[in-house]
Amino acid sequence: MERPAWAPRSIDISVPSVSRIYDYYLGGSHNFEVDREAARKAMEFLPGLPKIMQANRAFMRRAVRFAAAEGITQFLDIGSGIPTFGNVHEVAQEASPGAHVMYVDHDPVAVAHSQAVLAGNETADVVAADLRKPQEILASAEVQRLIDVNRPVALLLVAILHFVEDVDDPYGAVAQLRDALAPGSLLILTHASYEGIPLPPERAEGAVDVYKDIRNPLIMRSRDEIARFFEGYDMVEPGLVPMPDWRPDTAPEDEDPYSFSGFAGVGRTA
Amino acid sequence: MIAEPDGPEDRLRRFATIWSRAVFPATSTSLTRPEFEELLLPLARRLSDALRARTFEAEEGKQVGAALVAAHCTDPDALSRTLECVDAYLVLYCGGDGSQEDLRIRSARLQHAMAAGFAQELRERTLAEQEAISVAALQAQGVVAQALHATEARFRAVFEGAAIGIGMADLEGNILQVNGALLRMFGISDQTMGGRNVREWTHPDDAPQTWTLYDELVRGEREHYHVEKAFYRPDGTVLWTNLTVSLLRDADGNPQYQLALMEDTTERRLLNLRLRYEATHDALTGLPNRTLFFERLEKALGAGENQRFGLCYLDLDGFKTINDSLGHAAGDRLLVEVADRLQSCATAPGEMVARLGGDEFVALTTGPDTEREVDELAGRIMNALITPVSIDGRDLTVRGSIGIVEGPAGERGPAEVLRSADITMYRAKSAGGNRFELADPEADARAITRHGLTTALPAALDRNEFFIEYQPLVHLGDGSVRGAEALVRWLHPQHGVLGPDRFIPLAEHTGLIVPLGRWVLDQSVRQAKQWQERHGGNDATGPLRINVNLSPCQLSHPGLVQDTVDILERAGVSPDALCLEVTESALIGADDDLLKPLRQLAEMGVDIALDDFGTGYSNLANLRRLPVSILKLDRSFTQGMQQFPADPVDLKIVEGIVSLAHSLNLAVTVEGVETGAQAEQLRILGCDTAQGWYYARPGPPERLHELALVDATG
Repeated sequence: MERPAWAPRSIDISVPSVSRIYDYYLGGSHNFEVDREAARKAMEFLPGLPKIMQANRAFMRRAVRFAAAEGITQFLDIGSGIPTFGNVHEVAQEASPGAHVMYVDHDPVAVAHSQAVLAGNETADVVAADLRKPQEILASAEVQRLIDVNRPVALLLVAILHFVEDVDDPYGAVAQLRDALAPGSLLILTHASYEGIPLPPERAEGAVDVYKDIRNPLIMRSRDEIARFFEGYDMVEPGLVPMPDWRPDTAPEDEDPYSFSGFAGVGRTA
Repeated sequence: MIAEPDGPEDRLRRFATIWSRAVFPATSTSLTRPEFEELLLPLARRLSDALRARTFEAEEGKQVGAALVAAHCTDPDALSRTLECVDAYLVLYCGGDGSQEDLRIRSARLQHAMAAGFAQELRERTLAEQEAISVAALQAQGVVAQALHATEARFRAVFEGAAIGIGMADLEGNILQVNGALLRMFGISDQTMGGRNVREWTHPDDAPQTWTLYDELVRGEREHYHVEKAFYRPDGTVLWTNLTVSLLRDADGNPQYQLALMEDTTERRLLNLRLRYEATHDALTGLPNRTLFFERLEKALGAGENQRFGLCYLDLDGFKTINDSLGHAAGDRLLVEVADRLQSCATAPGEMVARLGGDEFVALTTGPDTEREVDELAGRIMNALITPVSIDGRDLTVRGSIGIVEGPAGERGPAEVLRSADITMYRAKSAGGNRFELADPEADARAITRHGLTTALPAALDRNEFFIEYQPLVHLGDGSVRGAEALVRWLHPQHGVLGPDRFIPLAEHTGLIVPLGRWVLDQSVRQAKQWQERHGGNDATGPLRINVNLSPCQLSHPGLVQDTVDILERAGVSPDALCLEVTESALIGADDDLLKPLRQLAEMGVDIALDDFGTGYSNLANLRRLPVSILKLDRSFTQGMQQFPADPVDLKIVEGIVSLAHSLNLAVTVEGVETGAQAEQLRILGCDTAQGWYYARPGPPERLHELALVDATG
């Protein structure tokens, strides 16, 4: 068996994983003490982190439903992490029965857990791959099986691009995916930013440092920088906005102040 | 269902709204608050029903508590907010009109049960998720481990199956692992390899930098190196390898191991050595050949200060005779025996013997003291040849001629040294052989010039570098010019004008004398024609005649008569205007075959002169048999007449010869006449014609014309 390029030489669960930290923020127990320790440390600086994650989930849910309403039946979720609740396949397949959902993550534990969760689901699958190598994602057997790139696809890059450093050319990766997908495809994206955090940036930096310490640096980008990911896309109303402001179901003023951290948006290719 | 305002349904919904508002901020759900409220509504209904049921079931509270966890209200805060809400509003909104005390008790018991149910469900969920993530982690590790295992198995197969030897050692040189190919190269087992250290593997043939490179590598200053290296096998034999050693670093870049890849080059090396041996040794005798000798000689000549060399160049005397008479097999055996003997003569360090080819051998000695050593070496060689060589029951005496060259290193090149040795050897040979001679720069120079002239001769003829001078022949009776002797000269581009003594022997030797002689004859006859045309004939003395020398080689050349006839005819000169001069020595012992062409020429009217007469111990009785009409007395006879009074013995001899010649009807010409007294004496003695500086030195043809005119007018 060929060792895929993504596969680490070993799995060290003594190293925190961003997807298990995320799970902890969301009240899950798919995590280990190292993950919780890192999460608690980050929360010392940004106590509202769970609310940010919750806002991500809520945005993703609305965006997937939007996509389904637009007639899209294929979902490619890169950086899917640990499936907890309200996952893309649940939302999508509820809104559009039989929709194809492809999860992609480079964390082998997240992939293994996703496989367990998706066991028996014929129209949803997971593949271990890395956003930094989009061609490998597109060429994987699983993606080839579930995703027809000649028809519109909803590409979800939710809370992942802020883990890709500029040296790894996240813009190039996003552009390659854009070029590979049929016209009418959607890009559903959220990204962390210092903008919107209801705390001084010095406090937020403490949380950023935690991620640096666990060798998963969190790249805070400005709104303009985030907007550049949508190059080649037409923004869907209301554009790139704080997560609660994107096509809310309820009055955004009811939302937790932390949920306005960072940006969310949906774009469509012509 | 439309709730009746402030009816039980409406009140239940209001309770659910209050509950959802209280708990929503503490949940992680991705549902909206209204959606969340819809989720809580059935739970509120169950609580409401339990509150007012005929028989109270606290179990309902447990299930509602569990349901909260299922709705992702896993934060403990969600429970406390729920309980606060139930405590404050459940009885108020859902109690109806029952006993307030009973309702409060039931509400309290429901809260207890909800707490228990929440706790139990959260515990179950936590354990299940912990289980799930652990399984996932194990599975992921399993996948990686499997992949690693497969990779490792593949690498192990490569490692074991590789044809090249592979070995790993730590940075201290302790050998950790080697593959089968490496063990086979060394001819040892895995056990004996364990515990060995790389540093033990020194070998005397290790290049100087081998271990420096190694030290640099293990210090992390070098990533890899490549050397040719020899190893001792346990059985003492030598293993030659192409060795590549690489440094392996860990993930942080720190040096960790050294990896050696080695290719067994022993056989290739042996083959190379063998090919090299064959290329540098003589197959017959096993001695080093010309190639190897030149390498050594070059090295010796390129050696540093105070280093000298001595070279003996040996050529066997008369080897060709042995080869011709006893056959090549015998000749070969003789060469092998000689080679063996020579080999035993040069055994000291810095000495070598080689066979250059045929029966030519060289012995070389090098060092600071070769002036003495080379003589001894030559002496040993001569001694070694004294004992006859026994071939096929015959004792063959072997003799050799040796040319010795000795000198300081750094002055001459190998080709020059070998040429000098060769020349010197020929000098030894021409001095009779069976001896050695020391090289002499002057002799070398002469030989080299001779050699140069010999090789330049053919081109010189093509390039018209030859010209002819004429020395008048004067009638002693009346002093008139009767003709001239043609004397060939070579205007050499470097050496200037060369006389015939410098190149005629060389031309004789190479056979070039035939075309050269023909050219001289042709030119001279044409010249004679010109004289005849311009000067006319003197009626009394006949036409001006031309004397041309014939070499022995020309004499035996089959084309002589025809060439001569052709030349005369082409020029329109009658045969009696030509006199061919042949040396007495060329005709000594001449048989009829050799004399036949001369006879034919004589019969046509060409005069034949016997040149240098009196020097060759000629058989006087033979004179009558020769087709000769003129005797040319050698200058040695006339030298005695230069003084006054003339040597009486010389006078008597010349008188005798003249008398003999005249009685045989031969004319007599004398050479080397330098004084008037001499001329007068010779005239008295009866000589017919004379030539010499007294009359004229050899010169261009116009001079003769002038002389003849003077003569005619005088």
